[in-house]
Amino acid sequence: MTDFLETLQSRSDLIQQAFLEHIYLSFVALAIGIVISLPLGILIARYRKFAEPIIGITAIFQTIPSLALFGFLVPLMGIGSNTALIALIIYALLPILRNTYTGLTSVDSSIIEAGRGMGMTRTQVLKQIEFPLALPFIMAGIRTATVLTVGIATLATFVGAGGLGDVIYRGLQSYNNSLVLAGALPVALLAIVFDLVLKWVEKKATPKGMKI
Amino acid sequence: MIRFDRVTKQFDDGTEALKNVSLTIPTGKLTAIIGPSGCGKTTLMKMINRLENPTSGDILIDEKSISDRDEVELRRSIGYVIQRIGLFPHMTIAKNVALVPTLIGWSAEKTQNRVNELMNMVGLDPDIYINRFPLELSGGQQQRVGVVRALAGDPNIVLMDEPFSALDPISREQLQEELKNLQRKIHKTIVFVTHDMDEALKIADHLIVMRAGEIEQIGPPSEIIHNPSNDFVRQFIGLERINNKRSFGQYKLVELSAYFFQANTGQQIVSVNNSVNVSEAIELLGQPNADVLAVYDDEQFVGYINQSALLKAVLAKEEGVSVHD
Repeated sequence: MTDFLETLQSRSDLIQQAFLEHIYLSFVALAIGIVISLPLGILIARYRKFAEPIIGITAIFQTIPSLALFGFLVPLMGIGSNTALIALIIYALLPILRNTYTGLTSVDSSIIEAGRGMGMTRTQVLKQIEFPLALPFIMAGIRTATVLTVGIATLATFVGAGGLGDVIYRGLQSYNNSLVLAGALPVALLAIVFDLVLKWVEKKATPKGMKI
Repeated sequence: MIRFDRVTKQFDDGTEALKNVSLTIPTGKLTAIIGPSGCGKTTLMKMINRLENPTSGDILIDEKSISDRDEVELRRSIGYVIQRIGLFPHMTIAKNVALVPTLIGWSAEKTQNRVNELMNMVGLDPDIYINRFPLELSGGQQQRVGVVRALAGDPNIVLMDEPFSALDPISREQLQEELKNLQRKIHKTIVFVTHDMDEALKIADHLIVMRAGEIEQIGPPSEIIHNPSNDFVRQFIGLERINNKRSFGQYKLVELSAYFFQANTGQQIVSVNNSVNVSEAIELLGQPNADVLAVYDDEQFVGYINQSALLKAVLAKEEGVSVHD
């Protein structure tokens, strides 16, 4: 225990930098993941015949073991944080895409028909009815993607993109269990804290009238 | 006035929902479209606000074709109440009712006054209800909101697609009554789709009976009851209702002996005396295990009668003609 605290102190620079890198990687990947999969989800919810193939493709990506995916990308992209980001974005796509699609398609069709029948345009129906009602689903997808991304970002160290994986890897190489822990604990904490925060956001995103 | 001019609707899968339909829906009246499910009544109604477009033919409102009108603008000028209430669960009652006024850009004040006025009209105190959410209201209250939401933009035409069918019988009767009273004040052109003949007879000024994409009969309810144009309409209205609306419920079976038959077809039989009247006989035939009545004159068997024979007999009696097979 004292070893661990000493390690935290003596390596605080390394840990801090790795921590910031980790957050940077996770969030940039997540942000880009949202920017891609949210509109895509809306699109496939409208043109449903494309839903199956597109979700299928992202599901295939999802099944590639993460270390292998990093491995595939290195020959194509070289090493560095861009390679890591691309791998992380690919993993973030499926949960957000699938939940956006499910959320939008599960909105009661009679409600949508009421909106259209009263003269709302398609965009108005999407913005004022479908999207608010699907928001809890979408938030749940983002939450899953966040936890996933934070975990997988640990592997970014293998493509030289830094992150808390660096600390863990160094610890492993030097048989320094305290250092391994100093990298692993923050990753776990990050994942748990984001999960809790986003759970709260998810609850907040549920329209008031739906909680009754 | 809404006029359908030789309208045909064929869906992509080939089903013909409407076959060359021409009809007129009068202004300021409540017109009920009735028919068994799949007869095209909902399709017909949805063509008025262009949720469905005709394959051929034309629909005119006040003699102007709606096919050149912008869909969105047209729909905003027509009230719409759907079957399963269709209130937006994430919006307050006030926001729900204010939807069309907001879409067409009324001022906040005018909108709010209108919402309050309408809520009062259906007996929902605005102070209590407007900030609630739909799921906090009972089914009957929700559909009252559904009805006033359709009236919010002050449309001349209101479409209602089986609006009360999902409600319990007591709320349904209440809402039918309220709609009737409301219509007396507002005189909108209401097109009301239903499969419930009792409902149609209760609320409609004008009735359109449909079957399999075609119009079977159009007219005021009284005319349709007294003069069903064919067997389908007669059957659809039902013997019981015809009986209720006419005086012949009091005929005694003994007066109808010409329509008795003698062959026992092996169905469930209930014995009655020939002094019972038609109303009582209908009630007996409505019970399970009673397909045929065996009619007795005291101890003496006279003959059998079933529902269809009874119908023929009373019609013949009423119209002074005989309808022998």
